[in-house]
Amino acid sequence: MGSYIPSTEEERARMLKTVGMGSPDELFSCIPPEARIHDLNLPDGLTEMEVSARMASLAGENRVFASVFRGAGAYRHYIPSIVTTVTTKEEFVTAYTPYQAEISQGVLQSIFEYQTQICELTGMEVSNASVYDGAVAAAESVLMNVDGRRKKKVLISEAVNPDVLTVVQTYCESRNVPLTVIPMKNHATDPEALRKLLDSECASVCFQQPNYFGILEDAETLIGITHEAGAKAVMNVNPISLGLLKTPGEYGADIACGEGQPLGLPLSFGGPYLGFMATTKELMRKLPGRIVGQTEDTQGRRAYVLTLQAREQHIRREKASSNICSNEALCAMTASVYLAAVGPEGLRRVALNSVSHAHYLAARLSEIEGFALVEDSEFFHEFLMTCPIDPIILNEKLAEQGILGGLPIEGGILWCATELNGKKEIDRLVDLVKEAVR
Amino acid sequence: MKLLFEESRPGRGECLIPVCDVPEYALDPACLRSSAPRLPEMAEVDLDRHYTALSKETYGVNCGFYPLGSCTMKYNPRVNEAASSLPGFVQIHPLQPAETVQGALRVLYDTEKLIAEITGMDAMTMQPAAGAHGEYTGLLLIRKYHETRGELAQRTKIIVPDSAHGTNPASAVMAGFSVVSIPSNPEGGVDLQALKNAVGPDTAGLMLTNPNTLGLFDPNILEITKTVHEAGGLCYYDGANLNAVMGQARPGDMGFDCVHVNLHKTFSTPHGGGGPGSGPVGCKAFLAPFLPSSRVREENGKYSLFDPEQTMGRVRSFYGNFLVVVRALTYILTLGRKGIPEASEGAVLNANYMMKRLSEYYTMPYPQPCMHEFVMDIGPLKAETGVNAMDVAKRLLDFGIHPPTMYFPLIVHEALMIEPTETESQETLDAACDALIQIWKEAHEQPEMLHAAPLTKTITRPDDVLAARKPILKYLFDEN
Amino acid sequence: MSNIPENVKYTNSHEWISEESGIATIGLSDFAQDAMGDIVFINLPAVGDAVTAGESFADVESVKAVAEVFSPVSGTVESVNEELLDNPALVNEAPYDAWLIRVSDISERVELMDAAAYAQHCESEKE
Repeated sequence: MGSYIPSTEEERARMLKTVGMGSPDELFSCIPPEARIHDLNLPDGLTEMEVSARMASLAGENRVFASVFRGAGAYRHYIPSIVTTVTTKEEFVTAYTPYQAEISQGVLQSIFEYQTQICELTGMEVSNASVYDGAVAAAESVLMNVDGRRKKKVLISEAVNPDVLTVVQTYCESRNVPLTVIPMKNHATDPEALRKLLDSECASVCFQQPNYFGILEDAETLIGITHEAGAKAVMNVNPISLGLLKTPGEYGADIACGEGQPLGLPLSFGGPYLGFMATTKELMRKLPGRIVGQTEDTQGRRAYVLTLQAREQHIRREKASSNICSNEALCAMTASVYLAAVGPEGLRRVALNSVSHAHYLAARLSEIEGFALVEDSEFFHEFLMTCPIDPIILNEKLAEQGILGGLPIEGGILWCATELNGKKEIDRLVDLVKEAVR
Repeated sequence: MKLLFEESRPGRGECLIPVCDVPEYALDPACLRSSAPRLPEMAEVDLDRHYTALSKETYGVNCGFYPLGSCTMKYNPRVNEAASSLPGFVQIHPLQPAETVQGALRVLYDTEKLIAEITGMDAMTMQPAAGAHGEYTGLLLIRKYHETRGELAQRTKIIVPDSAHGTNPASAVMAGFSVVSIPSNPEGGVDLQALKNAVGPDTAGLMLTNPNTLGLFDPNILEITKTVHEAGGLCYYDGANLNAVMGQARPGDMGFDCVHVNLHKTFSTPHGGGGPGSGPVGCKAFLAPFLPSSRVREENGKYSLFDPEQTMGRVRSFYGNFLVVVRALTYILTLGRKGIPEASEGAVLNANYMMKRLSEYYTMPYPQPCMHEFVMDIGPLKAETGVNAMDVAKRLLDFGIHPPTMYFPLIVHEALMIEPTETESQETLDAACDALIQIWKEAHEQPEMLHAAPLTKTITRPDDVLAARKPILKYLFDEN
Repeated sequence: MSNIPENVKYTNSHEWISEESGIATIGLSDFAQDAMGDIVFINLPAVGDAVTAGESFADVESVKAVAEVFSPVSGTVESVNEELLDNPALVNEAPYDAWLIRVSDISERVELMDAAAYAQHCESEKE
């Protein structure tokens, strides 16, 4: 109850008098009477005690699973304690975009550190300060090279996350950029199909690594074909996988993008998440969003500022390549603290344990009749497996035991394991699955 | 301050992740990266101190007054943070079965209903992650509307006043439209004649912030929306300044067809140093079939997701910045029926109070009473003393106050745009006015000092030109 | 007072042009660079691109602004001043040496001014 207004009624009356008004209503005298309202159909306000109880009750109507074998775009990983400590610091939480560099060096430096880490992770040369999420990062990435004259259209693999595909489709359609989906073969991007679809008008080709089905794409071949046709290669990557996997930079990709949520951000029913984007020096000035750069103050001391701003909407207005203004700064800081906390060895272990748990899980499930890998391709921490019974019924039985099973999709169940799904948990799951299909 | 990478020492740092408890899987060596990423290796204590040091070099609303125009930097209530960190919200997977996330779906559903009531709309999506993202989504509604009527090829233009935020024209272009900019009239509102000349069979719609970026409510608003509607266009309300009018007037009653609101402005969710925000979009019933997929509906007390029949697709994965929506819902439930209009009343009163006190010294290009913010013109002070808007803003830093928005809107060349919000006391407003008045005096007595401001911060003004000419956008490991 | 040399011609959008043996050299006038302030980047066309008289062929960025550069002639970009990509400050330092592009196959031209007319034009544009 109340509205967080510090001033008392008496103080407000005094201020009203200072501005020469007789009643609060006069403050709104510029609003035409036909557009003025005097009441809203809203519930009465609540005290803090009441609202706390209400929100706790809503939170209580959600089921938190102790054991999660589902990914498909949102991944449960261990979050080091220091991550939350840092990202709940009130200065970071309550600051606006760091326009005033002299009182924002902390947040600016943290973004500079984030940009460095994203470049290290992806093997690229330049990173922005983040965009809304991985799907939007993919959309902004494929559109970066469209110039409307020579480079008019874009290609995207059928094997990307379906939400990513829909967002890219939405963005392309509104920009009147023709988008063609590259069909998949054996649940991976078909290089021959790509070769046939490419022509000199293609601005970019986007695929996901590991792809939606967890499969490792033949990135080298796909990028080779893309470059032969004069198009730019966009790799949508899982950042955790880069603890082990060859980087987009090593493959020669032109843009690396992805969903940063696995880097220390909780599942949070889908958001806030973090879209990261990194590219080459050549494409630096086409990169949308905020970028922090290093410079000096008037006394020669190192300082950080928002830079290359002439790319952005507040200066270029209708000629800007993107409209992005607010981004996901605090989520970027979260990812940065996460990467600093786990370090290079920790990240390697997260990746290695995830991939190892996933393979152990796949092997154990394969022991059960009717469960078989749909493809025999190399996969990371997700895989598609057949299921001898209705996957929804299987999941309901698992849910009774506190387990969120894999995601039912066409062709079977998309299972996921991370470092959190240890041997005991997997063995228990397999026992329960055996029981369920008996 | 040292960078993480400069503090890093090989071999330091705690091991947070156990050794693998199943056989390690050996991926094909051809798939592996050739060297580990150069991530920092640090002891936890040093890492903790690193960020404590960075936080001390960061200014948030909790540090002091933040009258940044058009950004509505109101206090971010603690109970919102508490609610948004409940495990029942934080630890749920977005693809859990609906019956296991009834509370979360209800958060989305209830917030939609409440903000629809506040804005006078019929349906909403929580998917857009920020204001500009909301603008884009709203424009896609307009696009779909014209498309289904077979008029998209003809209706290609979005009208935007010259006082608009830069995101408006940029969003219009992303949505596939071209932009027609119309001038403001001498009172700062939309030039009606220019609007009438601009509308026609090629008009897709109008984007308008009301009150506008000068802090003025357009008295002709009903005629403006009528003019656009008569030409066959739709009206989009940029809710950046909704804090001025919530509970007093509704975009839906002003004739707008769709609207975005900024939860990180009007509805008190924190800005996180540049995000995450949230920019829900509301619309009238006739546009609802085009909303993005994954809307929430309720039947017999059960909540479920559905895709509108003619959906535009989606603008983001899943359902938007959910935890930001949790905070906004907490806030709206706290304020309720009485608190919502009280907040806008407080915001407008505070802005008028500051404007009144400062108008004895500074030039107010639009001297009529303002709404939640006002623009000062430093042009006359510059002509007199050589001190410009940047100098005044930078000097304010020395007083421990965040500067107003500078050099915006573009139609006032030396603009400082002040938005105090309702969550500040009279003492805070008075202290800021006193500081600005002292700066006015300093401008006349020692202008040189102001050119060098700030004088008390850990850095002086950084060289933006150097940063842009010789971009250093990451730590250069090999050169250090 | 702007530097307005007499050996080149000017456009009303503040480009300078000099023509020699069918090749036009185009740059920004001193007035233009002064109005922009410190130039931080210049977006130049590629060799072989077509330019059209009166239409934009490049944009020039300062920290807080971006401005388009309009071509005084129609033709084909014969060469671009690549030095400016690394050192755009040259346009601030010596605007009449720091040419942007050279154009061949010239067909149309916009209306050009001599130094005296351009000086008047600049005067009238000052606030």
